[in-house]
Amino acid sequence: MATQFLPPDWPGNFWAHWAVFTVIILVFLLLTVMAFIWFERRAMAIMQSRLGPNRAGPFGIFQPAADALKLLIKEDVVPAAGDKVVHWLAPVVAFVPVMMVFAVVPFQGGALLADLNVGVLYIVAISSLTAVGIFMAGWSSNNKYSLLGAMRQVASVVSYEIPVVLSLIGVILLAGSLSLQQIVQAQEIPFILVQPLGFLLFFCGALAEINRAPFDLTEADSEIVAGFLTEYSGMKFGLLFLAEYGEALAISAIVTTLFLGGWRGPLLPDWLWFLLKVGAVFFFIVWIRTTVPRVRIDQLMALAWKFLFPLALINLLVTAVEILVWPDVSLWLLVPVNFAVMIVLVLLWSKLFKLGWGRVNV
Amino acid sequence: MTTKTTREITLPTEPFAVNIGPAHPSTHGVFRMLTTLDGEVILNMEPIFGYLHRGIEKLAEERTYGGCVPLTDRLDYLASMSNNLAYVLAVEKLAGIAVPERAEYIRVIMAELQRIASHLIAVGAFLNDCGAFMTPILYMLREREKILDLFDMVCGQRLTYNYMRVGGVSQDIPEEFAPALKKFLKEMPGWINEYEWLLKENEILLARAKGVGILTREMAINISASGPVLRASGVEWDIRRADPYSIYDRFEFDIPTGKAGDCYDRYRVRVEEMRQSLRILEQALKDLPGGEVRSEVPHLIRPPAGEAYSHIEAPRGELGFYLVSDGSIAPYRFHVRAPTLINLTALNDMMRGWKVADLILIFGSIDICLAEVDR
Amino acid sequence: MTTALSGARIAKQIGKKFPEAVIESGADSLLLKAESLLEVADYLKKTPGLDFAYLNYITAVDYYDYFEVVYQLASIQHNHGLVLKVRCYDRQNPTLPSVVGIWRGADFQEREIYDLLGISFEGHPNLRRIVLWEGFEGYPLRKEFL
Repeated sequence: MATQFLPPDWPGNFWAHWAVFTVIILVFLLLTVMAFIWFERRAMAIMQSRLGPNRAGPFGIFQPAADALKLLIKEDVVPAAGDKVVHWLAPVVAFVPVMMVFAVVPFQGGALLADLNVGVLYIVAISSLTAVGIFMAGWSSNNKYSLLGAMRQVASVVSYEIPVVLSLIGVILLAGSLSLQQIVQAQEIPFILVQPLGFLLFFCGALAEINRAPFDLTEADSEIVAGFLTEYSGMKFGLLFLAEYGEALAISAIVTTLFLGGWRGPLLPDWLWFLLKVGAVFFFIVWIRTTVPRVRIDQLMALAWKFLFPLALINLLVTAVEILVWPDVSLWLLVPVNFAVMIVLVLLWSKLFKLGWGRVNV
Repeated sequence: MTTKTTREITLPTEPFAVNIGPAHPSTHGVFRMLTTLDGEVILNMEPIFGYLHRGIEKLAEERTYGGCVPLTDRLDYLASMSNNLAYVLAVEKLAGIAVPERAEYIRVIMAELQRIASHLIAVGAFLNDCGAFMTPILYMLREREKILDLFDMVCGQRLTYNYMRVGGVSQDIPEEFAPALKKFLKEMPGWINEYEWLLKENEILLARAKGVGILTREMAINISASGPVLRASGVEWDIRRADPYSIYDRFEFDIPTGKAGDCYDRYRVRVEEMRQSLRILEQALKDLPGGEVRSEVPHLIRPPAGEAYSHIEAPRGELGFYLVSDGSIAPYRFHVRAPTLINLTALNDMMRGWKVADLILIFGSIDICLAEVDR
Repeated sequence: MTTALSGARIAKQIGKKFPEAVIESGADSLLLKAESLLEVADYLKKTPGLDFAYLNYITAVDYYDYFEVVYQLASIQHNHGLVLKVRCYDRQNPTLPSVVGIWRGADFQEREIYDLLGISFEGHPNLRRIVLWEGFEGYPLRKEFL
């Protein structure tokens, strides 16, 4: 299969490819994040029976641009007793990994910056670096709310990394490759059907890692105001905000690539399919945000270790056995089997598992 | 021996103090909780308030009895009608003034509408504190808006109504009020069901609110809790039933109570109370008689020297006014029995040992209005 | 309807146990001596048949010559009520016993009375100003405060 999308006669083959795709990723990221911010605000507004931003441009589509401009010209306040260097560095450290994730995400067949043969591993490794930036932000702000938020972030990332990675292995086993390009090509039917449990576990864990509701404890605005963002203003705040939405975008892209068949789809051009699927996943994230309340930190931990982790292990085991026993069977046969496994396991665990009461005797 | 080893390997931690408030999105006003935390666990919480103290009790001593009504609007601004009612009842008791039948019915209608409006805010804010991002509260504000429209119709105000007068109400309800109220009564049960479908049985809400912030029955009575907070602890004590004022003895309604006295029960009690209020409203609207809405009361009321305490079941609990008259045109002493102030008494006990997230939840479930706490 | 118990009847009932306690009994109220307030309150709360477990409110009134502190009691079990009154003649340093040990609901209200009228309650666990700041001069609800 052709993994190289670019015509081979480009001058300076590698560097041209690098330059073009870096620009594409940057532009794609910034534009899509802005579009998503607008989309989230409008979609949420409709779900909450209000209007949402509707002043800047038709349907308020220029609202994110206006907000970005406002942030750019705002005064940058640094807490007097804060750690200034770390405070300055934190948004950068948080944002860069988000951008780097897109290096291996195929926008359509072959259209990606680097078709790494360890693509999934690379994503897992890079994406958790954002937590470092967020912890730096929380720590350097010299603010107790920020510190609480940062501690929550580290705790949740450390715990959720494990079920997230374990749930991805099922996909890797099915595709037989770590390269995202090849994973997409292996998806004769979207892996969400073959790996329903893996998808659920991954999506759940991913929501916790990117601090989206119901796991948005890091910035829980009704508890710790905005967590690590409390002491940020101006473009540094903008960058952290961008990083956060970038993460949501990255997760949507990864879910699309690994579980929804990436760019593949009938009729429409490939890149459009990719964008549509990413948008659908993001819409789902927004939908969850408007629907459910937030969990508590101990419940978050309990969910990771008592629910997601064992189920991810079982899912991995089941997938591995299936591939060993029926190496040549059609994927369609695995669909009903895996759905049955998922339903049984989830029902069983929801009986066994309680989120817990959380009172401590003091 | 084993305990010693554990102590050796445990990292030393020290508790730290966090000021939650006075400016915090979830303190429902300017309220400060000086919490001592060990990580996320609350070791101690000291409520500090008074930021909104306007000296209403002192101000009232310089005003005529009728002139105090607008002051009561500013106590619990989410339930101004109830405050008006409690105050005029106290003055009427002190001065022995009779109220026309129609005015009594109008007062009950207003008070019950106010209860629904206030509980909508309470429940919505509580769910918002749980982290249900804005959706429940916006849905509930939508219906509260309809109640405010009704109030707007009768008195031209949407927040501080100043509608009740000693001896009646300021003006009769307009013609379009009764049809509008009927329409509201028809729609509202459906809306309440909608809120219930949203979150009533939500797993996260159950995990967050069940068993959290328990106020036992004994404790609730001992701290003089009142209103939904008391009833959620399993005490069937509603002043509308226990000590009926106005014409509440004529209506049929149930008193919803909880069992455990946790946050979830307080939320349930409020939602059920909205339904009961709708029942009262229906009965009151059906029986609404014609006639005067205000009895002949002198402009400057001079009650005989003496004292009177009159209390009502306001949305947040027992709201009472203790008035002392020296025979002049102004109250000699004007004391407000503020339910929210007293409901806060056990806050520290309810919160100790829970986590920061629960603190917000427990505080939200008590449902206070800082303007009334500080007066 | 909450029945207001007759002050005279209660006075007779507690007269046996605390002969000196009641100064005056009104239609629904008892005027008590400050020293015997706690004993009587405890008796009222714990005696079966009275069971005044619920304290509606406490407030204080400045009558120039004395401060009168009013305790409105209720019994949820029997649905009856009673008013206790205590007077404090010392204007410079008024002191009364605190009932927080009997009804914890008195906590904030006694602090408020202390804050606004300057009556200190002996035995209150945390008697500090509550709505005004520390260092505020004067007691606003006293009649001489303008």
